[in-house]
Amino acid sequence: MKHLMMLVSLLLFVGQVFATTPLPGDSVYQFNAKLTDQSGRTSPWSSRQGRVQLVTMFYTSCTMVCPMIVDTMKLTQKAIDEPARSRLDLLLISFDPERDGVSALHEYADKRKLASPQWTLARTEPSEARQVAALLGLQYRKLPDGDFNHSSELILLDAQGRILARTAIIGRVDPEFVQAVRKALGAG
Amino acid sequence: MSRLSILLLGMLLAGPAVAADYAPLPGDTFKSVLPADGKAAPAQIAAFQMRTEPVTNAEYLAFVNSHPQWRRDRVPAIFADKRYLSHWSGAVTLGEEALPDQPVTRVSWFAAQAYCESEQARLPTWYEWEYAAAADGHRTDARSDPQWRESVLAWYGRPSNTPLPRIGGAPDVHGIRDLNGLVWEWVSDFNALLVGVDSRDQDGADKTKFCGAGALNMQQKENYATLMRVAMLSSLNASDTATTMGFRCVRSP
Repeated sequence: MKHLMMLVSLLLFVGQVFATTPLPGDSVYQFNAKLTDQSGRTSPWSSRQGRVQLVTMFYTSCTMVCPMIVDTMKLTQKAIDEPARSRLDLLLISFDPERDGVSALHEYADKRKLASPQWTLARTEPSEARQVAALLGLQYRKLPDGDFNHSSELILLDAQGRILARTAIIGRVDPEFVQAVRKALGAG
Repeated sequence: MSRLSILLLGMLLAGPAVAADYAPLPGDTFKSVLPADGKAAPAQIAAFQMRTEPVTNAEYLAFVNSHPQWRRDRVPAIFADKRYLSHWSGAVTLGEEALPDQPVTRVSWFAAQAYCESEQARLPTWYEWEYAAAADGHRTDARSDPQWRESVLAWYGRPSNTPLPRIGGAPDVHGIRDLNGLVWEWVSDFNALLVGVDSRDQDGADKTKFCGAGALNMQQKENYATLMRVAMLSSLNASDTATTMGFRCVRSP
């Protein structure tokens, strides 16, 4: 019980530290977006600070490049040795929040074996998807048939949400990008 | 008493400037330079209202005063680059290089969005902007007129170090001014236009960068002036600012 109390007060303390530490001006977490994940939890995007992240955008009904994007994230993750690997979070944000509800995200995570808590599949409010894409420097366009044209890039964020590196190499590991990930995790 | 002095007096007395004018545009089917399906489909445009003028320095100053998080000395770097409002004499003063009735420039997409939200409006989509800008004094679509094209192109040729004109050009058939010939303007979906700085690279390496049906093909290649605008917009990042880049807002009815 005493341990539990200590843990709770430690968590409260950590929470406060995060709430009061000013974000760097070039942090993507300056944008106050809300993310809802594959299990239905909604939290501010900025609550992801504290962990190094691989981030990209996708949509669940995408059959062409998106599966390759996810594969490339997996390959990049595997290229990092433990224990650093388990310190890396992976975040996929949907271009298509209209259709990608919690259940679609959940199904996709199951199908592609993207285990939480390391993997997060998230949707924003429909009005915020374009702003999130703009922050990440990604382009997308909805086509009349419901598909999307979009740029395919992996983005590396540091623990405070600053963009450290990005790669447009999809389908295989980009060695330079992997090196940047290792360095960000303190394993380079 | 000039319009300028009235505006200045108004700002001194009231703070926020007089509410901006919006003019209605009817909905339409519009053949854009960017076909909706990447092949030939026209754009469907719902009726909307557009600001008759781009946002001015005076109006933007009033916004910065009421939303100090958008002052150039306070804005986070992720939302606006270092040159944001750098032609103003201070964080909350315009100075000689930024006249009150010149269009505000050196504003990022994030800043333009925030401004439009502050007047219960939004940035236009590319289709809305292109559709509105196709009009001239007596036609809703003047694009097939070689003279219209030339006049738009002639403006591009103006050296970038010439001072910006003030707002108040001749109204078009909808009552809207200065869409062509004054400043470049942000659109809400600038990061959806998907063309490289040079459209030739769409056929080559860039195709692998994009998921789905491949990058858009651009139609109406003779409409070079509009295509240049698309190329320019899609080369920008959302925090970029430029000496000739301003914006105006729209509202859905």
